[in-house]
Amino acid sequence: MTRLTLLSAGVAFTLAAAPALAQEGDFIIVQSTTSTEASGLYQHLLPIFQEEAGIEVRVVAVGTGQAINNAENCDGDVLLVHATAQEEAFVEAGFGVSREPLMYNDFVIVGPAADPAGVAGSTDVVDALTKIAESEAIFASRGDDSGTHSKELELWEVAGIDVAAVSGSWYRETGSGMGETLNTGIGMGGYVLTDRATWINYGNKGEYTVAVEGDEAMFNPYGIILVSPEHCENVKAEAGQTFIDWMLSDAGQQAIEDYKIDGQQLFFPDADESQS
Amino acid sequence: MQSFADAFGEAFRLIASFDADLRAIVFLSLQVSLSAVIVAAIIGLPLGAFLAVSRFPGRTAIVVAITALMGLPPVVVGLIVYLLLSNSGALGPLQLLYTPTAMIIAQSLLITPIIAALARQTIEDLNDEYHQQMTLFGLTSGQRLVTLLWEGRFSLMTALLAGFGRAIAEVGAVIIVGGNINHVTRVMTTTIALETAKGNLALALGLGIILVSIAIAVNSLVFALRGTAERAAYA
Repeated sequence: MTRLTLLSAGVAFTLAAAPALAQEGDFIIVQSTTSTEASGLYQHLLPIFQEEAGIEVRVVAVGTGQAINNAENCDGDVLLVHATAQEEAFVEAGFGVSREPLMYNDFVIVGPAADPAGVAGSTDVVDALTKIAESEAIFASRGDDSGTHSKELELWEVAGIDVAAVSGSWYRETGSGMGETLNTGIGMGGYVLTDRATWINYGNKGEYTVAVEGDEAMFNPYGIILVSPEHCENVKAEAGQTFIDWMLSDAGQQAIEDYKIDGQQLFFPDADESQS
Repeated sequence: MQSFADAFGEAFRLIASFDADLRAIVFLSLQVSLSAVIVAAIIGLPLGAFLAVSRFPGRTAIVVAITALMGLPPVVVGLIVYLLLSNSGALGPLQLLYTPTAMIIAQSLLITPIIAALARQTIEDLNDEYHQQMTLFGLTSGQRLVTLLWEGRFSLMTALLAGFGRAIAEVGAVIIVGGNINHVTRVMTTTIALETAKGNLALALGLGIILVSIAIAVNSLVFALRGTAERAAYA
């Protein structure tokens, strides 16, 4: 028994030592959003970049709020999120070097085939939200301070509806990621505001379809920011900048454009001409 | 229930292919959780044994506290470890955040109370049984601890397995301190969470079936070893 215990202890410690070896080499940490991860974009982009630059990119996918918070704590080298106002505030506060527009897609509202609020086919999001509120059809919100959540709150505000007051009745905050919220919203037969990329890659659609799309107000821009080396000594500024430069270059922008699921393009390149 | 049939299909398909990605994820899960059990055993077993045999003021309070900590929520442990290991935290310079080591630390913290509390109960019962005998042999308290841990070794395996079960099953702590980074800190439970988020429910459930199978395999192995050792010990 003693020998066996020693043996198993030895084996486990050898196992424990393995990751230390695997961590060698150049890598950066990107704090990013659940929507980009769940859409499968990184699995398409990162191998191409790693091949070219020899830098491994480790993505931590959390809500935009948490991603910004983690980056502020110096737990990342690059921030890639979609909440322009919060991103600009992040740079303004000296936590980031600068915000560069990277790519965009759009938000859509998905709903059940029965369409209880009668919004299917609408291209006016404010009108659609008003109808949902009037009919008190269930609406599942992220409620997690993410980029999608802040966009949704912005739209409710334009519609003049105080969702905080009705939270828990027809307006339900799941407090979780995009995919989880879709799971919950579809389970409740409610409407959900989602980014199009997550929706296209989402595997549990059931009878759901896109109900509202095509409104300019549903534009969803993503930005990329190098965490400031002045704010965080440990930032791998050079490797991080290499990644950002590549993402904004013709090669990176082309790689973003090339990412398709079932023939549908998920993200559209948005880098400034001067950058590429 | 179509999804259950799909899930078993997915599970078999995954096992049949058992590709490099899945192997790495299974391997990392076992590596992290087994290491956590070893760390927690090194701390928890002596701690439990000590609490079982000693009598001092405040002992009951400590016993109650450790027993209560068996219910520590993984997400709280994850948050505490994150705040410590974050670059703006006290242990930031160690650069451990988003590594398997951080996950081992979090799971060790999570299961040490379980192992300590269960060990205390086991040893206390044994101590009642052997107390007079050990006094008769004139054993020092250190020798008593070792004797009791040794005599209780088979029952204590259950405490270790309870700790392992908790560690391999939790997602709240490892997803915060590991970050669920592909090929670096992605384990079975965080993969299941991610696939659920992608709406790939059958695939997620299939991975769950594999996770349970692994837990069964680990437990069977321990029981088989224990059976062999028990026969050898009492032969």
